[in-house]
Amino acid sequence: MSVTLNDEPLLNVSGLTKYYGGRIGCQDVVFQLWPGEVLAIVGESGSGKTTLLNCLSTRLPPSTGVIEYRMRDGSMRNLYQLSEAERRFLMRTDWGFVHQHAADGLRMTVSAGANVGERLMAVGDRHYGKIRATAADWLGRVEISEDRIDDDPRSFSGGMRQRLQIARNLVTKPRLVFMDEPTGGLDVSVQARLLDLLRQLVADMGLAVIIVTHDLAVARLLSHRIMVMKDGLVIESGLTDQVLDDPREPYTQLLVSSILQV
Amino acid sequence: MTVRLYLNGVAKTFTMHLQNGIRIPVVSNVDFSVAAGECAVLGGPSGAGKSSILKMVYGNYRCEEGQILVTVGDRIINIAGAEPRRILSLRRDTIGYVSQFLRVIPRVSAVDVVAEPLIAQGADAAQAAGKAKDLLARLNVPERLWSLPPATFSGGEQQRVNIARGFIADYALLLLDEPTASLDAANRAVVVSLVDEKKKQGVAMLGILHDLDVRERIADRIIDVTDFQVTAA
Repeated sequence: MSVTLNDEPLLNVSGLTKYYGGRIGCQDVVFQLWPGEVLAIVGESGSGKTTLLNCLSTRLPPSTGVIEYRMRDGSMRNLYQLSEAERRFLMRTDWGFVHQHAADGLRMTVSAGANVGERLMAVGDRHYGKIRATAADWLGRVEISEDRIDDDPRSFSGGMRQRLQIARNLVTKPRLVFMDEPTGGLDVSVQARLLDLLRQLVADMGLAVIIVTHDLAVARLLSHRIMVMKDGLVIESGLTDQVLDDPREPYTQLLVSSILQV
Repeated sequence: MTVRLYLNGVAKTFTMHLQNGIRIPVVSNVDFSVAAGECAVLGGPSGAGKSSILKMVYGNYRCEEGQILVTVGDRIINIAGAEPRRILSLRRDTIGYVSQFLRVIPRVSAVDVVAEPLIAQGADAAQAAGKAKDLLARLNVPERLWSLPPATFSGGEQQRVNIARGFIADYALLLLDEPTASLDAANRAVVVSLVDEKKKQGVAMLGILHDLDVRERIADRIIDVTDFQVTAA
């Protein structure tokens, strides 16, 4: 994992609040994210993690607050003031979104190769041979055998589907990837392999990542920084190992002390 | 001599919210400095706060009172209250932590585990791998293991892999957390010579060493942590 002291943040979030009617989804969230930085959002179900992730990734308009993103040309833009075309282009090229359930992020009825190639076509690649070669290369990088390139993901195991979803997201060399419980629901051994793969890809590509997880071990392995959420509020944040080894807030102490030692 | 590390009025108290908010004071008024080329060792019985001090210097524990100043080139940075990415960049370039506790990363070979901190500092991968192999050889890790992930190694072999990882990179400040505990005499001697080499390079070191023999051979100064103990009010 490499972090440089670049003074220009990639993402600048201030006063982000989302109400569902009178109920709070998340409230007054403030943070910055720098290129190459991995931020974990932890907390239990209903704490507002996913609401926050969806607001950040423009999938759910916030009630108030501003999210600014540094575009590839260096300009800082308010995400909710982008045109629909600009926003779509961002989501298809500069960003990735890895869903907990691979079926939500893949097209289940087209081949593995097409799932990866589709994102390339979205950014203007038209040469079939080149697209197929890049897709094959990416299947290799996520450890899916090349002879599965023409199979559709319905025939894949859960772990393979998740790796395919990662390949589909990373093929356009995004700068920011959102992940929602990417290892949730997988067997422990499958989880370990996926985490290791993610850790290497994130470091090699220098990706900035915002990952939502309720698993503190995942946060420790992958993230530089952590934000702990409870009842829609960020109650504690900081360097991952500092928050986990020297938690300050009562709720964080409870979370950390609830981990089973093996 | 150039001061590399200066702790000024540092205090640490843990508040255990799950035990009715009981406050456990560990140390207070911690005041000392470590110069370039010097190895200072924290002394005092178990529970005196040696480890907490070391962890605060590494940014692993928060320091909410006092200052922990580190010299980086011609600048001085306060680790207490530094933002996370500042601490991460210090850990990459300036402050190393040598311990025997290996957080095993699956599927990464011993050579790559050892070489990683040097590569992170910008070294050429082949050169870093060469230095990693030298260190593994010096620490008597059998060559047939080098290309394997350390997860399956014996406890002693894992410890030595992690010691190699701790010593490989060029840090101005090195924290030694019991680097020789449970090593045999031959490997203890290797660690002593590694520390001597770092001293000659002008590296400042702060350590915890229970092994009296090693302590005598590498410590230039003992800092008695009981001086910083909080007296019951």
